[in-house]
Amino acid sequence: MEFKTVLTTCPYCGCGCGLLLEILDGRLIGTLPSKTSPVNQGRLCVKGWSVHEFVTSPNRLIRPLVRKADRLVESSWDEALDLSARRLKEIKERHGPDSIAVLTSAKCTNEENYLLQKLTRAAIGTNNIDHCARL
Amino acid sequence: MSKKIKETVRTLLVEGKIRGFLGLIERDGHVMPHLFGDPQELEHLSLGDHGRAGDARYPLNQILIQLMRAYPEETFAVLVRGCDERGLRELFKWQQLREEKVIPIGLGCPEELARACECEKPFPDNLLDGPKGEKVEGQKVARVNAMDIDARLRFWKAEFDRCIKCLGCRNICPMCFCKECTLEEANLIDSGEIPPANPTFHLVRAIHMVGRCIDCGLCEEACPADIPLRTLYKKVAEIVSEEFGYKTGYTVDEKSPFNIIEVK
Repeated sequence: MEFKTVLTTCPYCGCGCGLLLEILDGRLIGTLPSKTSPVNQGRLCVKGWSVHEFVTSPNRLIRPLVRKADRLVESSWDEALDLSARRLKEIKERHGPDSIAVLTSAKCTNEENYLLQKLTRAAIGTNNIDHCARL
Repeated sequence: MSKKIKETVRTLLVEGKIRGFLGLIERDGHVMPHLFGDPQELEHLSLGDHGRAGDARYPLNQILIQLMRAYPEETFAVLVRGCDERGLRELFKWQQLREEKVIPIGLGCPEELARACECEKPFPDNLLDGPKGEKVEGQKVARVNAMDIDARLRFWKAEFDRCIKCLGCRNICPMCFCKECTLEEANLIDSGEIPPANPTFHLVRAIHMVGRCIDCGLCEEACPADIPLRTLYKKVAEIVSEEFGYKTGYTVDEKSPFNIIEVK
């Protein structure tokens, strides 16, 4: 038997609230706000309070899906990434880099977001990059 | 202050009297709930004081309910203050925990914390460590009582207006154990509205605190909108005490007014 709480940062927005994931025998059973986090000081919003629910949700997207003849088909990461790269190149060549926009996420780390804007600006060649936390 | 507690828990663990001790641990400068199974971990025991007395308290009884649902035949020790001990008594009555499977490790609260809480009894009867503090006379409910009825309604509606419906008051509550919650019942409380129905939402919760609220104050500490929830539930306790002569968590055999079914 093992029960422990693991301190981590809320993945939902850019605030960075500290939360504790409650783990019983390796299963995620709940979330508590961290009382000692200087950011949220023991408080959370409704999304933070329920972060443990999405981890094991059956609706969670855990494998890449590729659209084939109007149907989404489970595929390998290699296939999905190759297809994305090929199509992005084709669109860029035919319609120019500004025909592409990239939306990134507050759920990513700062560093991941940096990399995506670098890819968008340097590789694709557009300034069309935005972020859900700026809505 | 934790020496006696560490020694007592160590003995319980070594003698195999408990499967684990549910308490608080300090790690990397943070305080968090933890199930102590190895006596060596007790070196990092925390009593829930971080910057101020009792500012890093967590709903340990709520976690205990989850542990005992998974391991109903095991015995656990749990860190309790006066409020937590009142909570244990009610949870035994509501059959959420089994008394013979719980060993309370009692901690008395310092005066600073008792004053901040306006606590009626800042120590558990099973007092192992810490002070046996005095009852603190409350000012917060008295201030609300001093308003006339119209001013009082205006006061509460203005407070509830800031609610962002995070449900933190319910989520952190060690006495909220229902599988279905009225606050999520769409026929009673419209979903997708911020603030939620005012004052219905908060008054529904207040009524559900009858015979449940043990005045730990975790709800108010968890409220991002600084709603004085503790004052509201202290008022509920005052009414229940005056009208029904019931004080939540102070007796082991008496049932709360919501727990009595009279068949005529």
